[in-house]
Amino acid sequence: MADLEAFRAETRDWLEANCPAEMREPMRSEDDACWGGRNPVFKSEAQRLWMERMAERGWTVPDWPSEYGGGGLDPAQTKVLRQEMARINARNPLYSFGISMLGPALLKYGTEAQKTRFLPEIARGEIRWCQGYSEPNAGSDLASLATKAEDKGDHWLVNGQKVWTSYADKADWIFCLVRTDFDAPKHKGISFLLFDMASPGVSTKPILLISGYSPFCETFFDDVQVPKDQVVGEVNKGWDVAKYLLGHEREMISGMGLGGTGGRLGAALKDKLADDPILRADVARFDVDAMAFKAMSEKFIDELKAGQAHPAQPSMMKYAGTELNKARHELVMAAGGADALEWESDRSRGGKAAREWLRTKANSIEGGTSEIQLGIIAKRILDLPGA
Amino acid sequence: MPLYLTEDQAMLRDTARDFMASEGAIPTQLRKWRDMNCKDGFGHALWRQFGEMGFTGILVDEADGGLGLGHVEAGIVLEEIGCNLTPSPFLITAVAAVEALKGTAQREKWLPGILKGETVAALAIDEGAKHRPEAIAVEAKRSGNGYSLSGAKQFVVQGASADFILVAARTEEGLGLFAVEKDAKGLEVEGVRMADSSIGARMTFANVEVDVDALIGGEEVLRRVLRAGRVGAAAEMVGVASGAIGMTVDYLKQRKQFGRLIGEFQALQFRAAHLYSELEIARATTLKTQQLLDEGSAEAEAMVHVAKAKAGQVSTLAVQEGVQMHGGIGMTDEYDIGLYMKRDRVLNELFGDANYHADQLARLNGY
Repeated sequence: MADLEAFRAETRDWLEANCPAEMREPMRSEDDACWGGRNPVFKSEAQRLWMERMAERGWTVPDWPSEYGGGGLDPAQTKVLRQEMARINARNPLYSFGISMLGPALLKYGTEAQKTRFLPEIARGEIRWCQGYSEPNAGSDLASLATKAEDKGDHWLVNGQKVWTSYADKADWIFCLVRTDFDAPKHKGISFLLFDMASPGVSTKPILLISGYSPFCETFFDDVQVPKDQVVGEVNKGWDVAKYLLGHEREMISGMGLGGTGGRLGAALKDKLADDPILRADVARFDVDAMAFKAMSEKFIDELKAGQAHPAQPSMMKYAGTELNKARHELVMAAGGADALEWESDRSRGGKAAREWLRTKANSIEGGTSEIQLGIIAKRILDLPGA
Repeated sequence: MPLYLTEDQAMLRDTARDFMASEGAIPTQLRKWRDMNCKDGFGHALWRQFGEMGFTGILVDEADGGLGLGHVEAGIVLEEIGCNLTPSPFLITAVAAVEALKGTAQREKWLPGILKGETVAALAIDEGAKHRPEAIAVEAKRSGNGYSLSGAKQFVVQGASADFILVAARTEEGLGLFAVEKDAKGLEVEGVRMADSSIGARMTFANVEVDVDALIGGEEVLRRVLRAGRVGAAAEMVGVASGAIGMTVDYLKQRKQFGRLIGEFQALQFRAAHLYSELEIARATTLKTQQLLDEGSAEAEAMVHVAKAKAGQVSTLAVQEGVQMHGGIGMTDEYDIGLYMKRDRVLNELFGDANYHADQLARLNGY
């Protein structure tokens, strides 16, 4: 306990000295997020410094082992770091699907060579990853995916199409589900491949969404050659890796339930609530739910790190967090009225409220719909029949 | 501190769970006292067993013969009480009253009996149909060497069985909490059976004279007692919700219609999964709040409102869905699910309902 308090004091001093003031301001829009990558685009010098300083200490991935570029912190220290960062409103130094999704899967299923090759560059933000899961005919029924990888002796030959590939047009590498056994039952013929998006035969096409943004792409593979040592886990057993990774993806998405206001929406909207008692009541109930979810998130992470969480618990977190986030943005729109409807004006910061509101509608679809999550809870946690 | 039970706390939970499921079970306690129209609505023998098990001393300081534990531990017992609908003075006596007596001269008088599970306390806050402690009108005027109390209270849980009553009243210096003995002159008590067959009381105070040391604390103490009672009621409601959901999910795995188990129907699976999710959130919220209270954190005040509101909302959803998913038998007195519905309703009103606490949270947040 005394050690932990010493660690807290040390962490606090270090953050105080190293987190630039600009990185303690709330993010103004999605493109304030730092994603790193082979050709990183930093919005400011402060953003670059913050990512590099944190990476230097392994604190972009505080609880990964230090030999793979992590901070080597235990769960209690990791929690202290998180608390101290929250205390000064420090931004996340590096947004990364490598950190939130691929890394945990590699730590569990990767070979030693794969771990030493891929994890440190993820930790340092040098490679930006994207996720090749969904296909036009494999959405909720993900395991029916058809993108195929044929064994050509010294390489895999990949052909097919993915969809809803987040930031595929900006990513350096992809972790991708492919069919490697065409006769086996659908869950048993899938493998988990890693490859470079610069490989010949890979192309991407952004999809314009109702928000006016294009965070997702269609991704096409046309005779893409992939080295044999870039399969994670056993060939044809990629579904296990895929499911494990999905748990981490759902955990990440559930974080949206926390919003950016520390769970106190009403405090941010208060000037708009005075003459609308019904909206005030709705916002008050929302604040109850948001603060309750914040406690749930803390408990979930503590249990996860202690190995006490039910393996299907991320489904519950994803369901609850995304439904909460959608509710938050409905209230923001209701409170904003006509001001929140402006789509392009500087006044509205380019339609920030409306575009974010529309963006949140995907939260309960991406990473498995709310209905898929409820089905998983029913089957795997409640043990209901025939689910 | 991690947000899950420590090993010691998990042991206490196992003990409380076994105890409540056997000694405190619905047929042996709730139905028994209800069916014999017991004037107390709970069993004194069980209350003494609470004493023997050490439950009554959870929040009592070690120096006073208790275990010196916290709200997390009290909540563990309350969740099992809620799950089994065990009628007992635990929430009001061993949580709220013990919290009130902390550090006062009165504790020497009452704590030994509470520790043994012999003494029963009551807490008189509400004066109307709803919990509005800000608007307390019962008056405590200076009189001779003490005070004279006048006014009326209602929804005083176990008020008709209590050895003493903690009465919230308005003094010239603001709100205060007075310990009044059951046979005080001028005190009239009318026991009232509530929907869940617990016994509440309406009380009238006609110039009830008490000594100056009957005043055990001012507004700060009252707030502390309310925080303890509210988070305690939240923990009990988490138990009610968990009992109702457990029973309902079991039923979905047994009942067949259209040649299938009804638990195979997606319409019911989704609703059951939603209940699970809400219950987990209510439980996490309650545990977080208990930890904050035990740490003496300034954040506890807001979280108490969150916990009481959230647990109330979830418990109500659980019992409503529980009765509906049981179908016709859910409406029968023979099945227990309806008893959960009644208990939930009472616990929601006790110490303020979800609307009250959402409103209080909004005020704390400046809107």
